[in-house]
Amino acid sequence: MSSDSHHPSNAFYLKVWIALLVLTVVEIALAYTALSVGVMLVTLLGLSLVKTALIVAYFMHMRFERRSVFLTLIPATVICIALLAIFFPDSFRILELRP
Amino acid sequence: MSNGSSGVWAGGQSPFAMNSKKLGMWLFLLSDALTFSAFLFAYSYVRVANENWPRPFDAHSIVLSSIMTLFLLSSSVTMVFAVNNSAAGNRKRAVQWLGATMLGGLAFIVLHSYEWAGLIAKGVTPFDNPWGVPLFGASFFSLTGLHMTHVTLGVIYLGVIAWGYGRSKYTAVDVEVSGLYWHFVDLVWMFIFPMVYLLSNQH
Repeated sequence: MSSDSHHPSNAFYLKVWIALLVLTVVEIALAYTALSVGVMLVTLLGLSLVKTALIVAYFMHMRFERRSVFLTLIPATVICIALLAIFFPDSFRILELRP
Repeated sequence: MSNGSSGVWAGGQSPFAMNSKKLGMWLFLLSDALTFSAFLFAYSYVRVANENWPRPFDAHSIVLSSIMTLFLLSSSVTMVFAVNNSAAGNRKRAVQWLGATMLGGLAFIVLHSYEWAGLIAKGVTPFDNPWGVPLFGASFFSLTGLHMTHVTLGVIYLGVIAWGYGRSKYTAVDVEVSGLYWHFVDLVWMFIFPMVYLLSNQH
């Protein structure tokens, strides 16, 4: 493959791995703080999205593929996943409707 | 590269410049991402819709699931080493790193089974649990069960690839494609771990 020539070294991947471990430790530490569930959810999801980006970009080599691959595959999937949230208001409503 | 008919988007000439097995795996992973998202949304939905959602994950569970996360993350980096070695043509080293990746996966399976066994001993099943809200067991086991299935199939998949690659039946591309699958399984756990375990921490 044409892009193989500029793949990073093993040392670089170890750095990505350490970054992922550090983010995980931050997440675990957060679980023991007294943050409200909402704030915790947003923070944990935010950190997980950063970890996902690192895994997809470097471990899964997305950064070294053509941009057309990224543009074709990722935005549509992210939008589809985000659209699942359309069901969510219902779960709060059920809570209100319960006798 | 971008003038008229020879552009990336002009079609007819491999716009992705990607091996078709690799593109096929990416497409499968995207559909799998949607499946896992649906399960995660379902778990969160029933959690919000039920006031007394159980929080059975004590410090023991959190330590256990953190070690599981460590094993999965580490197996991802050994997978990268396997892919790099296979791209460089070091067949033997690549197979060794694939073996290390499989060990990481196996450790995850063993620890997760142990954690499940602890929950089952407390009376948590897919249909019932001691704290009410039976949907907890249903959504927990279907989400983590789907993930466990992926890890188990992944270990078998890596075993087949290591066996075939060691015998020159498979190429470096096959190792890279199996790597994509393995990293995806790791990636999904990066959502299950905080959403299911960390958010239900007892403290």
